[in-house]
Amino acid sequence: MRLFALLLLLCCSMQSYSQDCNNTLYGSLLDIHDGSVLTGATVIVAQTGVGVLTDLDGNFVISNLCSATYQLQISHPSCSTKAFSVLIKDDTQKTFKLEHHLESLNEIIVNGKKTNRATKSIYENLVDQKTITTFSSGSLGDALNSISGVSSLNTGNTVVKPMINGLHSSRVLIINNGVQMQDQEWGAEHAPSIDINAVGTLKVIKGAGALQYGGNAIGGVVIASAPKVPLLDSLYGKTIFSGSSNGLGGTVSSSLTRSNQNGLYTAFQGSLKRYGDFNAPNYNLSNTGVFERNIAATIGFNRIDYGVEAYYSLFKNEIGILRASHIGGAEDQVQAIASPVPSIINDFTYNIDAPRQDVTHHLARIKGFKNIENIGLISLQYDYQQNNRLEFDVRRGSNKDKASVDLVLDTQTLTIDVASDISEKLTTKFGIVGSLQTNYANPETGVRRLIPDYDKYSIAGFASGNYDINQKWVLEAGFRFDYTHMNVFKFYRRSFWQDRGYDNQFSDLVVEEIGNQLLVNPKLDFYNPSFTIGSKYSFGLYKLFANYSLSSRAPNASEQFSEGLHHSASRIELGDLQFTSETAHKISLTLQKIGERFDFTLTPFATKIDDFILIEPTGIRQTIRGNFQVWEYRQTQAQMYGLDLDANLSLTDNVRFVHQFSLVKGYDKTSNEPLISMPAANTLNSLVYTNPNFNNISIAIQSNYVFRQNEFPNTNFEVVLPDSIQTVDISTPPSGYHLLNLNITAAIRPDMQVGLYVNNLLNTSYRNYLNRLRYYADDVGRNITLQLKYNY
Amino acid sequence: MKTLQLNSITNFKFQTMKTMKTMKTSAFYALLTLAMLGCSDDDTTPEIINEDELITTVILTLTPDSGDQVVLTTVDLDGDGPDEPVTTVVGSFSENTQYQGAVQFLNETEDPAEDITEEVEEEADEHQVFYTISEGLNITTTYVDFDDNDNPLGVNITLETGEASSGSLTVTLRHEPVKPNDGLDSAGGETDIATSFDVTIE
Repeated sequence: MRLFALLLLLCCSMQSYSQDCNNTLYGSLLDIHDGSVLTGATVIVAQTGVGVLTDLDGNFVISNLCSATYQLQISHPSCSTKAFSVLIKDDTQKTFKLEHHLESLNEIIVNGKKTNRATKSIYENLVDQKTITTFSSGSLGDALNSISGVSSLNTGNTVVKPMINGLHSSRVLIINNGVQMQDQEWGAEHAPSIDINAVGTLKVIKGAGALQYGGNAIGGVVIASAPKVPLLDSLYGKTIFSGSSNGLGGTVSSSLTRSNQNGLYTAFQGSLKRYGDFNAPNYNLSNTGVFERNIAATIGFNRIDYGVEAYYSLFKNEIGILRASHIGGAEDQVQAIASPVPSIINDFTYNIDAPRQDVTHHLARIKGFKNIENIGLISLQYDYQQNNRLEFDVRRGSNKDKASVDLVLDTQTLTIDVASDISEKLTTKFGIVGSLQTNYANPETGVRRLIPDYDKYSIAGFASGNYDINQKWVLEAGFRFDYTHMNVFKFYRRSFWQDRGYDNQFSDLVVEEIGNQLLVNPKLDFYNPSFTIGSKYSFGLYKLFANYSLSSRAPNASEQFSEGLHHSASRIELGDLQFTSETAHKISLTLQKIGERFDFTLTPFATKIDDFILIEPTGIRQTIRGNFQVWEYRQTQAQMYGLDLDANLSLTDNVRFVHQFSLVKGYDKTSNEPLISMPAANTLNSLVYTNPNFNNISIAIQSNYVFRQNEFPNTNFEVVLPDSIQTVDISTPPSGYHLLNLNITAAIRPDMQVGLYVNNLLNTSYRNYLNRLRYYADDVGRNITLQLKYNY
Repeated sequence: MKTLQLNSITNFKFQTMKTMKTMKTSAFYALLTLAMLGCSDDDTTPEIINEDELITTVILTLTPDSGDQVVLTTVDLDGDGPDEPVTTVVGSFSENTQYQGAVQFLNETEDPAEDITEEVEEEADEHQVFYTISEGLNITTTYVDFDDNDNPLGVNITLETGEASSGSLTVTLRHEPVKPNDGLDSAGGETDIATSFDVTIE
């Protein structure tokens, strides 16, 4: 807090002098449809003839302007040129929007409206449409990985779970077209159920500042939005084909949008992804294929002042899990870790056998909005989601084709919010969110439930506002309160119930006793306040974002009710019925410089989390199946610090150097040990050549160095084997590694773009600390992807 | 400038009040809708699940041509629950004797107990039982049953004792091991059973 105050003071003491012709215009250029940034556009001041190019973030700066109205001519290789007039008075910031033709063949709409930001005082990282396209054959997590400070917890290379500044699962909210994804996000091996090809823009807010989405976003919020539809008579779409050498498969994704000037629009999107076994540099990764199918449809009516939209999407993904990772107890783990190659290597196949996941996610949403004078923009949204997760283990006899996990999570949410422009300077947003969630675990599996049956009711209210003090200062504050009630039915093993002493504490919760199991009905209530305050200060070429947020999160079903062998992790996981909510305090700052040749953003942060829920090994349990390591959830005090740096230097008009560095350190303050599974420091450096005059070619060579994680808790354990006692080294992180990637894109026709992407160019063998399968096999080797994108 | 601010504050108050009213009405309808949706859920209690593939009991019976049987038993009724498996050894081995061994896997949480050995034998090519003898214990085991590919299964074995000694005998059942293999270390697969017995040859 002291640091925050100091910085505020520091900012206040800075003064900028502006004389008559010493004004600067800080402009940013966006695509009118999806808000993605337009890079390499030419901005010419008509009166002076001065011209500049927009940088990688779509920003440009023109200095030495007088206090007058200027005419700007903005042109972009794939947009029609457009003139804007700007009133310059002191240093001025303005957002310009162009119609981006490569994405949609429309005419220009001039729109002076401010960029749609979810927070003002937290720097928002954006992945634009162009970058998303390069991940067409990957996943949402892969695309997010391109942002500094965002890493991922992987299970192989196809289950990619986003991690923001070292936090993941229920601490990262994923908003898909305005709907908070309820896709059993609690599991470390559960990837978000979103088709990357349906995403127009991807935004990451590191921290809990965006309270309208939830007060529990201790890690942050990922906002995926579909491309916006213009108010014009038009029919447009695109198709992307990708083929990859690794996995010998491909992706086809297609979208078609019909828009009308009268406001009616429809859009369809679909994609299909099929890969066989991927391979590491030296061997086939058996049973790692993937088969993903998605469709989405939108129909809407937009009359600017009011509108309605209905949206439906279906995501279905079958993922093979490395066969060699399915092991028994600690004895098998000793062997797997000792062996340099996976214990099972079969020939390449497209078949996906057990162990595998089969996830189906339905999302239906209807929303309406109306602008009412003197009140503001009122929006009402109802959404329904169903997530069915099937996990197939290697089983015996008649159970072979039966899932071991079969969970259906149904969620309905109703949201009402009112956004008001109280004055030129003050805007507010109020809202109420109510939701109902039911989890059903199918008893047909013949395996005790990993997550029990429950009904969850929650209601939340939020209010936020921001105040533009002057051209330089913006203040922002928000408050939210969440109430959650859970009604749970769970069968406990009698031995566990007694072992934990629950028989004394919670005997009144027992509904029924059947054999060696007890049916228990806990009813839990959680009250979670959250709060945020921050500011943005703009001075010269710089912007400083400062934010403090308090967020609190109710424990999830996995943290509370895990009780037994988690097969995909080959360990026994135990939750705790008595957990309270965790509360986080986060301070984040961002210093951003937007220069003509050199830009950077530097984001240091510090987070303190009270009652942080973590899972760690506590011992060995002997069972008839051998020894298993026991991992128990517990609550502790945690602290995390780190910084993310992005820098961009234009060496010539065509060549630029891009740098990224991320560092996060996390500590358990109770045990004074480092936190487990913290991402290692990593740096990404690219040299990019672009030439808009030569087929809009872009050649990027990228170097990615991931350091070895040098701080980790020692969770090794000893196991007694028939002929020896062995230490199972599950905690030592793998060595650091360096990967080289090459990306080339070019427009071979105005409506057709080809891309060649080579990942792991040198075919380096490596293992990643945050890949749960790192004990069993190397990560994937070289992958060459050829992509063709056709716009129509 | 000041007037403008004042205006905006009054305006803000007015709008806030109006907004609050709208909010209240909206909240009411939101809650009503949710309550209606909520009512459709009745409190049916979930069905109990008894683990299908649970093996609670391993019984290794060793019968000599003449003399006393040796019966090694491990029982773990709560599966991966906190109760430890209970191991019992009935009888002791005699020196330089040949025993016919047969192992049995049961799920005793079912009534009557389910015999998992049948499944193991049906899927012989996907299973193998390993017998590991600790150093100094004078026992050798030989496979006498084989799968369709003539690879050992190990439900039935021959066990031969040597001079008097003591140590541990470990029974391991692997599911989907590499077959053929050179023993436990190279077999891979997934351990379904791993249980050790302290035995003596007298």
